[in-house]
Amino acid sequence: MKRILVGIKRVVDYNVRIRIKPDGSGVLTEGVKMSVNPFDEIALEEALRIKERGAAEEVVVVTVGPADCQAQLRTCLAMGADRALHVQSDTALEPLVTARVLRALTEREQPFLVLLGKQAIDDDNGQTGQMLAALWDRPQATFASKLDIADGKAQVTREIDAGLETLEVDLPAVVTVDLRLNEPRYVKLPDIMKAKKKPLETLTLESLGVVARAQLKTLRFEPPAQRQKGVRVKDAAELIAALKQKGLL
Amino acid sequence: MSHNILIVAEHDGSTLSVATAKCVACAATVPDAHITIAVCAADASAVAAQAAALAGVERVLTLEHPLHAHPLAAAIAPQIAALAGPYSHVFGPSSTFGKDLMPRIAALLDTAQVSDIMAVESATRFRRPIYAGNAIITVEVLEGAKVVGTVRTASYQAAGAGGRAAIESADPGVEPPAHTRFVSVSTAGGDRPDLQTAAKVLSGGRALGSAESFQILYRLADKLGAAVGASRAAVDAGYAPNELQVGQTGKIIAPELYIAIGISGAIQHLTGIKDARTIVAINKDPEAPIFEVADIGLVGDLFEIVPQIEQLIG
Ligand SMILES: Cc1cc2nc3c(=O)[nH]c(=O)nc-3n(C[C@H](O)[C@H](O)[C@H](O)COP(=O)(O)OP(=O)(O)OC[C@H]3O[C@@H](n4cnc5c(N)ncnc54)[C@H](O)[C@@H]3O)c2cc1C
Ligand SMILES: Nc1ncnc2c1ncn2[C@@H]1O[C@H](COP(=O)(O)O)[C@@H](O)[C@H]1O
Repeated sequence: MKRILVGIKRVVDYNVRIRIKPDGSGVLTEGVKMSVNPFDEIALEEALRIKERGAAEEVVVVTVGPADCQAQLRTCLAMGADRALHVQSDTALEPLVTARVLRALTEREQPFLVLLGKQAIDDDNGQTGQMLAALWDRPQATFASKLDIADGKAQVTREIDAGLETLEVDLPAVVTVDLRLNEPRYVKLPDIMKAKKKPLETLTLESLGVVARAQLKTLRFEPPAQRQKGVRVKDAAELIAALKQKGLL
Repeated sequence: MSHNILIVAEHDGSTLSVATAKCVACAATVPDAHITIAVCAADASAVAAQAAALAGVERVLTLEHPLHAHPLAAAIAPQIAALAGPYSHVFGPSSTFGKDLMPRIAALLDTAQVSDIMAVESATRFRRPIYAGNAIITVEVLEGAKVVGTVRTASYQAAGAGGRAAIESADPGVEPPAHTRFVSVSTAGGDRPDLQTAAKVLSGGRALGSAESFQILYRLADKLGAAVGASRAAVDAGYAPNELQVGQTGKIIAPELYIAIGISGAIQHLTGIKDARTIVAINKDPEAPIFEVADIGLVGDLFEIVPQIEQLIG
């Protein structure tokens, strides 16, 4: 079966202004709106479009995390994924461990394409896709803004600092997506009902042979430095005077 | 204890990127650092000479291969990983080049990566932003583990000149894979100052309304000698090319002067300008969040104000 595997992460919604716990031990997440990482929605949307074009037969979404993540998997099923895999882990895992989980799943699921977000907007690591590609010894194309699949190859346009770069990679490959790849569809109510009947399988790290090794320890969370309060000027002339005074003009 | 640090050079085949000089500055803050730069290129001579001239660099290794004519993570990573044995740290810039490459190296070395290092507290302890810069964490890498990191270039001043490092060619004995092929690259950029290194940046948002209106920013930028940037909304709408995007998913910049014009100031945008020395905001909405971070705010219609500024500075 021609299959696409999509990795999704449950994160604090991008509209939430996060707050740090007073003792600096973490970020307050209780009662905070959680969502599918925005990049991952784009990854899923792309997978669905590839399937709708007839270039794939099945879209499988996977997340690694605590039981709560199943809500986000259901959202993905409602968007159109065929089945979901929940790999249980109550502690947050480092990208290298998540990459190992995904690597084990590539053995099990044999996808021709793995689509991930370019970064998760909570930890802003931007590592998992590249690490998976290394462990799998397969090509990677990161920050994709266009993706074409034909003849066992993918042409990927990437958003890089210099502009747009196009790569050709042999499949299977790992592609991480950027914001301009597509606009994810909205979930409709009947789809949410249908999604309840779609298969959602729960797996453990042990069953995939992955050890939740931690190599990093977070010692402290702090708010960023605040900027000093600024001044208001009333027109262009005052603005220019203020800039001249600062030696900026 | 001395620390051998390997930095992967970013370059375009002829010029070493200033991002690499910023990695050197970061590496130099690791206690007792001995810095080596690795240059992967089809012909490394010009770039290696520039790397060798950076203050604080002791050694430059060249890895030449036709496949390195364009930087491909899949080709570079196994070669750097093969050389990494004697090094305690492997650093690259937090540019799209480094973000693409470094995690691939880390995985081959079976080690975690510290992304976006903004400060070095010890050889194993680093500060980095998370949640689009709304929190700063201090992370400790387990004793004995290799540190692979990307350097948040906006947090560092480029290392200066004055180095006289030895240049050696290195052969890691790994043939790069052929499964990934460069096809093309397109750059809209003309001869305006580079967004990432410019001292002054003028950015436009959704309010500009069209690619044609965006021209008024280019005109003013040319008068000010400034680079032009854009919000995501402006890029998405096609008013400006993607490489001008500033923010969490665009460029993180630290100019002396940042002028935001018709930009609301979403947190994802503000992430990109946290280190700007002076922020100016021009927006017709007095409640726009951009004013919370602006050093100088001007409430009004940009289509009136921008031409006025242009006229006044003559
Ligand atoms: C995961 C994620 C990542 C993102 N990454 C980025 C990023 O890297 N960079 C980024 O910029 N955004 C990013 N965004 C988008 C961000 O959330 C905002 O949507 C975006 O920054 C808004 O752009 P804007 O300020 O141009 O548009 P708007 O928010 O629409 O603001 C337009 C502003 O123009 C003002 N205005 C209108 N007319 C005039 C006029 N005539 N004169 C003066 N002012 C006027 C309005 O008052 C308003 O404040 C990201 C979003 C997500 C979810
Ligand atoms: N816990 C997770 N479960 C499934 N996929 C994940 C997980 N964490 C990260 N990913 C995927 O990897 C991408 C990059 O994440 P990161 O490397 O953490 O920034 C995300 O956009 C997801 O597609």
